[in-house]
Amino acid sequence: MAQPVPQSSQALFSDAVQAAEERHTLVVLVDNEPGVLARVIGLFSGRGYNIDSLTVAEIDTAKALSRINIVTTGTPLVIEQIKNLLAKLVPVHSVQDLTVEGPHIERELALVKVIGERERLIGALRIADFMHARLVDSTPESFVFEMTGTTSEIDSFIHMLEPVEVSRAGVVAISRGRLLLQEREQAPED
Amino acid sequence: MTAATAAPTAVDTPSMTGSQVVLQALVEQGVEVIFGYPGGAVLPIYDAIFQQDRIRHILVRHEQAAVHAAEGYARSTGKVGCVLVTSGPGATNTVTGLTDALMDSVPVVCLTGQVPTHMIGNDAFQEADTVGITRPCTKHNYLVKESSALARAIHEAFHVARSGRPGPVVVDLPKDILMKPAPYLPKDAVRHRTYHPPRDPDPRRIEEAVDLMARAERPIFYVGGGVINAGPKACALLQELVRETGYPITLTLMGLGAYPASDAQFIGMLGMHGTYEANMAMHGCDVMINIGARFDDRVTGRLDGFSPNSKKIHVDIDPSSINKNVAIDVPVIGDAERTLEALLNAWRRRGNVVASGRTKAWWGQIAEWQTKKSLRFRQGKDTIKPQYAIQRLCELTLEHDVYITTEVGQHQMWAAQHFKFEKPFRWMTSGGLGTMGYGFPAAMGVQVAHPEALVIDIAGEASWLMNMQEMSTCIQYRLPVKSFILNNSYMGMVRQWQDFFHGNRHAESYMDSLPDFVKLAEAFGAVGLRATKPSEVDDVIKEMLRINKTVIVDMVVDRNENVYPMIPGGAAHNEIKLSPEDEDGPHEAISEEGMVLV
Repeated sequence: MAQPVPQSSQALFSDAVQAAEERHTLVVLVDNEPGVLARVIGLFSGRGYNIDSLTVAEIDTAKALSRINIVTTGTPLVIEQIKNLLAKLVPVHSVQDLTVEGPHIERELALVKVIGERERLIGALRIADFMHARLVDSTPESFVFEMTGTTSEIDSFIHMLEPVEVSRAGVVAISRGRLLLQEREQAPED
Repeated sequence: MTAATAAPTAVDTPSMTGSQVVLQALVEQGVEVIFGYPGGAVLPIYDAIFQQDRIRHILVRHEQAAVHAAEGYARSTGKVGCVLVTSGPGATNTVTGLTDALMDSVPVVCLTGQVPTHMIGNDAFQEADTVGITRPCTKHNYLVKESSALARAIHEAFHVARSGRPGPVVVDLPKDILMKPAPYLPKDAVRHRTYHPPRDPDPRRIEEAVDLMARAERPIFYVGGGVINAGPKACALLQELVRETGYPITLTLMGLGAYPASDAQFIGMLGMHGTYEANMAMHGCDVMINIGARFDDRVTGRLDGFSPNSKKIHVDIDPSSINKNVAIDVPVIGDAERTLEALLNAWRRRGNVVASGRTKAWWGQIAEWQTKKSLRFRQGKDTIKPQYAIQRLCELTLEHDVYITTEVGQHQMWAAQHFKFEKPFRWMTSGGLGTMGYGFPAAMGVQVAHPEALVIDIAGEASWLMNMQEMSTCIQYRLPVKSFILNNSYMGMVRQWQDFFHGNRHAESYMDSLPDFVKLAEAFGAVGLRATKPSEVDDVIKEMLRINKTVIVDMVVDRNENVYPMIPGGAAHNEIKLSPEDEDGPHEAISEEGMVLV
């Protein structure tokens, strides 16, 4: 006889954990070394956190530093936990929460392909023009547009255009004004 | 910083091979003992070990045991434990030990062999993606692909293992790197690029904490293994602070020994099998001072019923431990030693003294809870109660310099309840991961570190069997480790949960066909002793203490005994169950929510 599966596992969760989820954009400066991205991703997958978007590229070749932009959603407790866990990773220099620290700019790049008859392509061109997307490839039956914008701008561009193929780069972000991403502060002693 | 710029980038000694560089780095890092097991990929290091006498190698019989032995070594000395295993299966066998060390914050450096760099990714013989496999179960890991990176990787590994919240670090060493010449880099020439966790607490937080502490009417210190990890001075400072405040203190499983068990202010271990008074005090306190503990689910019970009316101070070296499960009012990030010093200074500066009036009612309440005598048991004439065996073991070893390790299960909880630890670094148990098979190899590591001490593994027969091959190691190195097996023929804790939560159906928890432990001891060349009646317990313990050899004690105990008190899964501290003699029935219905919890 099978045991009844308990419907409620409320005991596992405190009230705080059931708080509303928030979207946060985190910027992480890391040593560009093998496995560093796996450490970051493993942290999220191992603990069941969400990654909505993740981008990574080397930004300083001389210092071998890479910048990872992560968009994640979670309750305030989970977001705090994610930041602390990221900061704890050995190759991480700094963690910045742009959502908390103030005004910032987020951009995404998308390449979208449209295929069809002349009428369809002309329609696509009008939408692209209106949305400030750039035509980067054209054949008599197809167009490829390049667009940069916020995630929601790209969402609506794609929604209007109904393309046959989409390639999106994920979110890159930077703070407005004079605020800089700091390298990890060096402790005066060990 | 200055060292990195002033020192030469590499000491030019072309005569050194990679293996020699590894050993030189270990020597410079203070390694005296390595626990290991050879194999193809690490033969160059073994060859180098053979040709030197600065580092001693202990040959274990299974790589998992090598890590546990290094853990025992580390936790009884405060040093970093060191492990050396080969590639492939050698490395994968360490995963349980590494995870154990990660969960319990034990500093261990594990060197693993790897196939030559040009064969990596080729599915070569005894190849495994060791850095991939061990990434989630280590604090950090390295794959050394260039000879020039070798010395730095070893030095960094030790720095990472011992700094901040300690933990295990793996360094994966391809065979060609070990055989080729490699430049040596002295320890002082290596400074880690990023990893320098701050140790000093924020002074403002210290003031906030002392504000709360000074006004408390129902305070409690809740102290964990972090204080022991911070070192003997941290433990001494803790005692000063607790005595100067006059507040009660409870310790976690990992914290036992950080404060003397015989002291009147110590009200016992807390948590699932903690004392009634400790758990009730946690529930009813108005100010909780957590130092180096992490609000583990075994400690908190149901989170929304956890200490509902208290202001909480949490001191931890690891920021990710703070606000993880429980909302904290005053977070203090820092090393326990520095923080305790700061707290003590602030406390004294304000002229605070033991406020007996303010906490009098609280101590009265605690005294009332203590009258429940929640750890009591009744020793009859016929069968040995496991609690009695541990109590007698504790009483008969008072004169000894004794170190205790345990396996995992009922015996572990009874040991925590009934063995009284007066000093830190004397208690080694697998708390976070709950690794059956931990205790015996850990005891071996403790004995290697303290050859003259009395080292006892308080074990259950099921756990002990999981790493019994190490008997052979003990005999080879004449390690007089005592295995004190509380033999109830069951996986006792599994059986207890089946009794409580699964209608007494003992699915696969009976240990059929157990070996004759006395004959088993003799087969290995050790001494086996057995007690089956309460009247034999003292004699067997005394005989065990008399023999300066590896001993197995087969203590045949009551099969039906359960661990009390118990906070069932999904219950809060004030819903703690005392032994059936005090309650309505032995197996009260447990909520369905509780059943889903492990």
